[in-house]
Amino acid sequence: MKLAKTLMATTALTVASGTAFADGHMASEMTLVSWGGAYQSSQQNAYVAPYVEMNAGVTAVWDESSAEAVAKLRAMNEAGNVTWDVVDVVAADAIRLCDEGLALEIDADEQLAAAPDGTSASDDFGDLLVSDCFIPQIVYSTTFGYRTDLVGDTPPTEVCAVFDTDAYPGKRSLEKRPINNMEWALLCDGVAKEDVYDVLATSEGQDQALAKLDTIKDDVIWWSAGADTPQLLADGEVIMGSTYNGRLFAAIEEQDQPIGMLWDAQVFDLDGWIIPTGLSPEREARALDFVKFATDTQRLADQAKYISYGPARLSSAPLVGQHAELGIDMAPHMPTDPENAKNTFLYNYEFWADYRDDIDAKFQAWLAQ
Amino acid sequence: MAEVMLAADGTPLKRSLARALRRQKIRALGLIAPLLLFVLITFIIPIGSMLFRSVENEIVSNTLPYTVQALSSWDAEQDALPSEDTFQAMFFDMFIAAEAKRHTRLGTRLNYETTGLSSLFRQSGRKLDDIADVSYEPLEDLDKAWDDGETWYALMNARDGTDESLLAEQRGRVARLTDSETLGDINFAPDAEVAALLPLAAREYTAWAIYVATQDGRDPAARDPWEAIAPALALDLQTADLSGYDGPAADMLRAAQDANLPAPDFTAAFAEIDEDWGKRVPWETIKTHSGKFTSGYFLNAVDAQKTADGMAWQPENKQILITLFGRTIWMSMLIMCSCILLGYPIAWLLANLPMRQANLLLILVLLPFWTSLLVRTSAWKVMLQQQGVINDVLVWIGLVADDNRLIIINNQFGTIVSMTHILLPFMILPMYSVMQTIQPTYLRAAKSLGATNWTAFWRVYFPQSIPGIGAGSILVFILAIGYYITPEIVGGTKGVFISNRIAYHISSSLNWGLAAALGTILLVAVLILYWAYDKIVGIDNVKLG
Repeated sequence: MKLAKTLMATTALTVASGTAFADGHMASEMTLVSWGGAYQSSQQNAYVAPYVEMNAGVTAVWDESSAEAVAKLRAMNEAGNVTWDVVDVVAADAIRLCDEGLALEIDADEQLAAAPDGTSASDDFGDLLVSDCFIPQIVYSTTFGYRTDLVGDTPPTEVCAVFDTDAYPGKRSLEKRPINNMEWALLCDGVAKEDVYDVLATSEGQDQALAKLDTIKDDVIWWSAGADTPQLLADGEVIMGSTYNGRLFAAIEEQDQPIGMLWDAQVFDLDGWIIPTGLSPEREARALDFVKFATDTQRLADQAKYISYGPARLSSAPLVGQHAELGIDMAPHMPTDPENAKNTFLYNYEFWADYRDDIDAKFQAWLAQ
Repeated sequence: MAEVMLAADGTPLKRSLARALRRQKIRALGLIAPLLLFVLITFIIPIGSMLFRSVENEIVSNTLPYTVQALSSWDAEQDALPSEDTFQAMFFDMFIAAEAKRHTRLGTRLNYETTGLSSLFRQSGRKLDDIADVSYEPLEDLDKAWDDGETWYALMNARDGTDESLLAEQRGRVARLTDSETLGDINFAPDAEVAALLPLAAREYTAWAIYVATQDGRDPAARDPWEAIAPALALDLQTADLSGYDGPAADMLRAAQDANLPAPDFTAAFAEIDEDWGKRVPWETIKTHSGKFTSGYFLNAVDAQKTADGMAWQPENKQILITLFGRTIWMSMLIMCSCILLGYPIAWLLANLPMRQANLLLILVLLPFWTSLLVRTSAWKVMLQQQGVINDVLVWIGLVADDNRLIIINNQFGTIVSMTHILLPFMILPMYSVMQTIQPTYLRAAKSLGATNWTAFWRVYFPQSIPGIGAGSILVFILAIGYYITPEIVGGTKGVFISNRIAYHISSSLNWGLAAALGTILLVAVLILYWAYDKIVGIDNVKLG
């Protein structure tokens, strides 16, 4: 009986103290969700470790679930128990999470840091704020790498080499989804860059893209994980293949593989943070405090020391320095570097939000034929 | 006639026995109750609720209740757009849905049926204020007091009589829309007189008040209502007879009526937001999928779709799921058969070797079992790829030309080989434990009666080992039918299973309804096969040891 009373009293106290400190107080533990691998360690080095050091008593736990973040967040939300505080997702997923009401809307100017020269956050991020809930971190690109020793004396310089099996015989690896592949196919089938999405919105345009892909169907190995293409290139299984530019950088510069970069028609995409809805006020305050720090100008520039993805802020670009271990200049390896960005393509979020299901069904049916 | 037999305590023996048995049964049930509850709570209820999503479709009528109601009288056969009333209902439904961030969720849902609705809903949600401003700005110009939440609260809040039915109805509307509780004190009740005079405005104000009080936790008396209240008022004033009204804001209402407060032309306004609203397609989609329950997901799961005229097949270039179902079952059978062929001799060996060697062999069977599934699958990748171990060896011994290496991965062959390897222990173990119980004396007896080795095996040994084959086959087949990691990694395009599509719809497209329908079909297929097995072989014939 006495024990029960003591227990109740302490519970009541804890509850009372919990509510009493809700205002302005921040939770001391946060769960960050990211992709694992080199990308996650770049985040750990560039801003999580400094943040934890600055804020005594705060601990950060990683969960490598970004690939299934949307589905898991929806399930957590339905169960009424969201265990994640800050989640790293690609922009398309951020848009969907925002649509589903699973991500918190952010007022960039109010809740994110301004640039050192006073430029407001919304101007500094500019067009990269593709959703009300999305806090951009990096610009990455999906582009092609090729085996320098297998392409002969004329290494490919443009993306249509992928479709040219006469000049470059051998297998190619492409991602097992329509996004990017359909665009490249149309580009190489003579559609002008600005018309690609208009054409792709029509049934004939989709057939045209699939027909172009059909010409190399037997030569394609389809990948579903970002690590596949670097591995296939390293093993000599494919002569060229698409993947994220950071993966190719790691294979070329860190692992010294005979691989070259083909920046032509690289497709820009964004990756950033969202904060789930349904957090307690303390946890939400902590998450907001963290992302404000983690996406300021210096922190985003620091991240580029560890991985070759471009910082999402304009003001970070001049601060990009050298690789932390290799000591090479990182700027020429950024997808946004002028030399690399001569011909680029911007992933059209609105288009794919609408057409993803439709085109994916056609694409999968075509694959199965 | 015999006397009733009595137990020692004098009660009839029959009853006493029954009581003892019942007590025993209850005790037994009590013993398994924790397990039963555990299975019920952690397995049956979650799976049931997941599978229920395959028919559940409340989101449409919960998000757009008045639109769905108005659309029910629209004859989709005729070539005209829905009536102005429907557009008007859509405006009020969408307005509150956009405030609750539910319109985008509905857009995602309807986009599974008609491409383009996702962005149509997302973008329209942002522009509803433009429609509301058609009435809101003139109202504000007429009298600044309309801009003040207190004016509205004084007008709408109950004085003499409360319109309880309106309040209850709107509580239900907001509860269904936000999927949350809306009971409790909200410091507001709609006035009966005003509700009769200005039905639309009272309806929208009440919904707003409930929303602010229950979702935002604010006091409606101190807040300004959403702009959607102005068009509602404008519509009411077109017909309202204000002559007998002398409550709050009576003069302001008369002034607004005299000034002919403009109401938006909703049909034109929606077409201006997005030209697609001026087409029949989005309306047909909403109407077709407005039921609380739908067969649409199941139709989608078999390459068909629900249309305004009933069922129709998907265009041929989108048909894939039936092919995948067929392939999944066919390849699982192949994998099961190759497991039987490879596993039988090993199980026989295990059962007939001396204990020491048998144990060593058993460890070899189990060893891969203890290795991570991903590691085993990736190992097969290294073995089978064109520059892999098998091809290298074949080239080295000259069986295969270097420029013509075998393609044995990223196709059905790759899936079958690696899944056979992964599932082999599930076949060997039940076979082994059944074979262990077969007396070697039977074989000896058969031979001593003149049977050849083959006859002795086929007529005496094999029939006794069938229960093991049955158990192993069921295990392997059911496991194979649900596999998706291995096919994803080594299956390429022709070696993937239906589970890969289920995984895609769970984690990528978020079309959980379709995923649930696919899962249900898979479950039913397994149950049918199990039933067929029971009819043909007999489930009593299955033994795990």
